[in-house]
Amino acid sequence: MRGRTAERALKVAGLVLLIAAAVAFPKVYTNPAVTNYGVFAMIFVTVASAWNIFSGNSGYISVGHAVFYGSGAYAFGVAAHGWNINGTGAFILVPFAGVVGALIAVPTGLVALRVRRHTFIVITIAFFFIFQLMAYNLSFTHGTSGLNAPFLNWPAASYNTPFYYIALALAAGTIAISWLIRRSRFGLQLRAIRDDEDRARGLGVKAMRVKLSAWIISGAITAMIGAVWFYYITQIQPNTAFDPLFDLVVVLMAFLGGYGSIAGPVLGALIIEPGTLWLNAQPQFSGGAVSEIVLGGIFLIVVLFVPRGIIPTGGEWLTRLRTRGRPAVIPATSVSPSPPGPASATSVGSGSTGGAR
Amino acid sequence: MTALLRTEGIKKSFGGVHALNGAAIEVEEGTVAGLIGPNGSGKTTLFNVITGYERPDEGQVYFDDRVLTNAAPDKVFAAGIGRTFQLTRIFARLTVLENMLVAAQTKDRPRNLLAWFGRDAWTHQRRHAMELLQFVGIERHADVLAGSLSYGQRKLLELAYVLVADPRVILLDEPAGGVNPTLVNHIADRIRELNSRGKTFLVVEHNMEFVMGLCSTITVLESGAVAASGPPQLIRTDKRVLDAYLGADLEEDPR
Repeated sequence: MRGRTAERALKVAGLVLLIAAAVAFPKVYTNPAVTNYGVFAMIFVTVASAWNIFSGNSGYISVGHAVFYGSGAYAFGVAAHGWNINGTGAFILVPFAGVVGALIAVPTGLVALRVRRHTFIVITIAFFFIFQLMAYNLSFTHGTSGLNAPFLNWPAASYNTPFYYIALALAAGTIAISWLIRRSRFGLQLRAIRDDEDRARGLGVKAMRVKLSAWIISGAITAMIGAVWFYYITQIQPNTAFDPLFDLVVVLMAFLGGYGSIAGPVLGALIIEPGTLWLNAQPQFSGGAVSEIVLGGIFLIVVLFVPRGIIPTGGEWLTRLRTRGRPAVIPATSVSPSPPGPASATSVGSGSTGGAR
Repeated sequence: MTALLRTEGIKKSFGGVHALNGAAIEVEEGTVAGLIGPNGSGKTTLFNVITGYERPDEGQVYFDDRVLTNAAPDKVFAAGIGRTFQLTRIFARLTVLENMLVAAQTKDRPRNLLAWFGRDAWTHQRRHAMELLQFVGIERHADVLAGSLSYGQRKLLELAYVLVADPRVILLDEPAGGVNPTLVNHIADRIRELNSRGKTFLVVEHNMEFVMGLCSTITVLESGAVAASGPPQLIRTDKRVLDAYLGADLEEDPR
């Protein structure tokens, strides 16, 4: 028991230290070139965690979250122009973007969540292209010329700081929501759906309602951080707001860190986003092509060698080290010595484990 | 007295195959009813129709004198019908205790969004779940991932998590299939124990000894329709049953 309390104290201390470091970051590194890394890292921690709330828990892999990201950005831009809001006050439009994201999530979810696995993935991609085309063709999105963000009213020297803290707050909020969902009955229902949706329905889980709720939460958060991102980079066009690479990078972040876990997507985002920015900033690698090749390579390595991601695989290694090779789980012998039945008994579990990839 | 669970004239075709052809069964409250028949006679399809996994082409399902035809699986479960599957279906990447809690949530519906995220509300459900795990005998595995359980333990888990929501009728699809004789007896004991406390069962099973020893009435399905129905001693000696089922079974079923 004492060991467990000590472990918990250590975890809390680590968390406090992490938060303190995140808050102190722009005070210590005031160089805008450095804080820029921080802003983007926080944006993508939020995005990857929001993606994970839906896809990581439910096993429905969305490759269309740019729909929410771009829609949030456009909603923010259109509203800011329409109501003529500039400066710090524009940040109150971030929740508005979230509402727009939630409203978009309802019809898209009702359609996409009727199908599973590969078909679901294809439908999310289809939605992505529908939204990109709409951004090109609707009048209020201004076609290829795109939108400009509201004007800023704070000194250029500390330009990045408000963005950093807002993105940090959204990231922290999203992680907190992930944690609450993880320990709730809602989260348990989502994970039951991931393992066997039909069986879950047969145990009273209202699958559509549960999936749709997670989809809406995920979409609303992604739209909010999309708005912050737009305000930060100051302009968007249909092909940057609805960027196919965004969809893939978010999935890669979650897979690299370990999707389904809370820390996994956070870690994945913290590795990949600053890494990409750094590669793109090197003069010899200019143009971004090198970072894209590297991302592709990481994707291959992850899928082939650490398909479950760093956090779950690393956790397993730690357990193995701690127990020094002794099995960590109780050997399965209580009522029945061992089933004489079909050999398919073991493959049932492994089959459904691999199914969610 | 009308039956607790009743089907009337259920028809269901898959392409040109008539899986069910007017199947009508009745399960009285407080009994253990058996459903037997050769492979492909429509037993599992009938289960699927009752529990909402398949829509019948024709016919009605009544539960507690209410029409339940075409209700979705979660509605059927909420109405009070639980089921297990022939090939056990458990949530492999949830722990055994978490498996139990999946079904627990329908019992007291969350009143607001906050209750959805609350954990304290679970305390009594956890206790109840642990009691049920004890009842079937796998409580020591409560914190193990369900995917690491043996086949027999999965069968027990499946029985236990259906019990969590305390359904009035439990449909068991081959509870003794592919498990060792000791465990078969253990499962039969558990069913008897539950039945003595008033739980109603409808059991599909190939193991004749198991069915004859457990059930008070037995319905024989053949080609999607009821061939015979009655107490075990009658079914055992029924000429049509012997011809239709036992004879065919010996030839077709390698077991």
